[in-house]
Amino acid sequence: MRIVNLLKIAYRSLIKNKLRVLLTMLGIIIGVASVIAMLAIGQGSKQNIQASVASLGTNSVMIYPGSSTQGGVRMGAGSYSTLTKKDADAIVAKCEYVTDVSPVVQKSSQVIAGNQNWHTMVVGGLTQYFSIRNLTIGKGNMFSASDERTAAKVCVIGLTVSENLFGVNGDPVGQFIRINSIPFKVIGVLERKGQNSFGQDQDDIIIAPFSTVQKRMLSTIYLNSILASATSENDVDKAKEQITSIMRVQHKLTPANEDDFTVRSQADIANIFGSISKIMTILLACIAGISLIVGGIGIMNIMLVSVTERTREIGIRMAVGAKGRDVLIQFMIESVVISVLGGVIGIILGILVSFLVGKFGGWPVVITGTSIVLSFAFSSAVGIFFGWYPARKAASLNPIDALRYE
Amino acid sequence: MTNNQPLISVKDLAKSYKMGEMEFYAIKGVSLDIEKGAFAAIMGPSGSGKSTFMNILGCLDYPTKGSYFLDGSDVLKLSKNELAELRNRKIGFIFQSFNILARTSAIENVELPMLYNNSVTSKEGKVKAFNALKSVGLAERANHLPSQLSGGQQQRVAIARSLVNDPLVIMADEPTGNLDTRSSYEIMEIFQQLNDKGITIVMVTHELDIAQFARTNIMFRDGQIVSNSVVKDRKIASVELSKLPVVNPTEVLT
Ligand SMILES: Nc1ncnc2c1ncn2[C@@H]1O[C@H](COP(=O)(O)OP(=O)(O)O)[C@@H](O)[C@H]1O
Ligand SMILES: [Mg+2]
Repeated sequence: MRIVNLLKIAYRSLIKNKLRVLLTMLGIIIGVASVIAMLAIGQGSKQNIQASVASLGTNSVMIYPGSSTQGGVRMGAGSYSTLTKKDADAIVAKCEYVTDVSPVVQKSSQVIAGNQNWHTMVVGGLTQYFSIRNLTIGKGNMFSASDERTAAKVCVIGLTVSENLFGVNGDPVGQFIRINSIPFKVIGVLERKGQNSFGQDQDDIIIAPFSTVQKRMLSTIYLNSILASATSENDVDKAKEQITSIMRVQHKLTPANEDDFTVRSQADIANIFGSISKIMTILLACIAGISLIVGGIGIMNIMLVSVTERTREIGIRMAVGAKGRDVLIQFMIESVVISVLGGVIGIILGILVSFLVGKFGGWPVVITGTSIVLSFAFSSAVGIFFGWYPARKAASLNPIDALRYE
Repeated sequence: MTNNQPLISVKDLAKSYKMGEMEFYAIKGVSLDIEKGAFAAIMGPSGSGKSTFMNILGCLDYPTKGSYFLDGSDVLKLSKNELAELRNRKIGFIFQSFNILARTSAIENVELPMLYNNSVTSKEGKVKAFNALKSVGLAERANHLPSQLSGGQQQRVAIARSLVNDPLVIMADEPTGNLDTRSSYEIMEIFQQLNDKGITIVMVTHELDIAQFARTNIMFRDGQIVSNSVVKDRKIASVELSKLPVVNPTEVLT
């Protein structure tokens, strides 16, 4: 009976003050929704990076021309010409911690098939390139060692290239494409790999024998990079060390000279990406935190602005016989309803926004329970506290003082 | 609680306000008995302590000194919750400034005291609220908001609210202070009807003509009672109302 009345009182009060209720709820909605969306985006990119790093193979080691310390920032691969096939051969011959090694040359090229054309990256590598990068053939075959020896004009293409040149349902295997006017026979199509953490399409690639690309397309002795895979994940660091010393001997560097190459493991890159995504997550969390605080201040403002009116209201209620706890329960019910309703709408909105960002922004999102619980708890706590605290103060006054409150 | 006991009995009541270091006495030792069925008007110049006294009688405020018995119970010994119950069941308080809830319909305002009264069901409450509104002539305005009512009508909503829990006493602090003559007389008509039914009424007013509707007049000066007399030529509100010139409709609206 009593609680039914209090629910009735709270309900009436809520529907009679729609604007105030709405504005308070808005603060909670914005706070909750932005935290959920921001953290979903941050978390999504983190997981995406982890996944793509893992898909590259945790054992792989990359050697790039140029020093990582030169000018602080490493220029794009190919900015320096210090690596040659001999370096790759030396690593194969001398490094005991690597299994597969492949020199890599690459060139961004125009590709034509029939009346279709496409611009993509053409990579020249050995057969080992596939195993190091965890690439598998979906259709057709990989090129062979003899293709490498004869610099055969054959290639394996990624699905994006295939779809753009031969249509979604076309079968490119056995067909010819022209890369920079040189005809190549397509002998295989790669299994789909999807986007990497930068949103780069890993299926937008053509792989041809190293010698073919080097001699027929680039006519250069310099490499863009050397890829290797360590004997095991634990040997990656030893492999890096050994490769570094082999390379220094190869390039006849004295102790006074800096490395003119950079050796990186997949783990190093994972770390770099990891710290980038960590910075981003922190940034997003800051934005989310700010909107949570802004939302909280909004709630606070509305509640405090209405204190005078509400204190008078409390005075009236007490004058006609409301006890202090009746008033408190009423205000508690009101605040909880506002907070929970606002929180639930905020959660729905946050999930919706995350979903839309994921769908239209091409950005991976992962909604975490923590962000939901955290933002909901914070906003509700602010909402309930600022609903309850002024009410508690008013309810402790004499009715006449509450009525006179200014 | 014997029958010949006065309904209200205060002794040596005093109330002081602290103004910084100074202690200012708004009421300086007031003793007064009010019998059941009385209709007392408290008069006096502005600042003489009428409101202060009334708020204490209405259990809205505490005195600094003295004793106060209402219907046999020692008010000053009651807890806050017991006082709330007392205000709810035994006292109907009417303010000069109406003090009804904004954005809340007349009927819901009148229902309010019953929402804090466990012995009234929600159905009974609706019926009683409507009857109370009817008794003050506002049956047709039950669903109007305060902003849609005139001052006199708002005060009648407040009166209906004060009546609805069948109180022993109605206390009104300048109930006609914000109203025109006709509305004031209408309120007095309601008060006289209620008083004729046996409800005790204590009312503060500084208007002589309003005080003449009461049975007794109590004069306040400087926080003390200076006289307590029976009204000689008591006015009857229904008669006075019929003597008023007929007003044109535009005046009624203001
Ligand atoms: N809350 C208060 N604080 C300080 N002084 C007050 C307060 N309320 C009333 N007073 C003082 O007490 C005196 C009596 O006030 P009041 O009871 O309102 O007079 P009346 O209703 O007769 O005009 C006045 O001098 C007034 O200034
Ligand atoms: Mg006064």
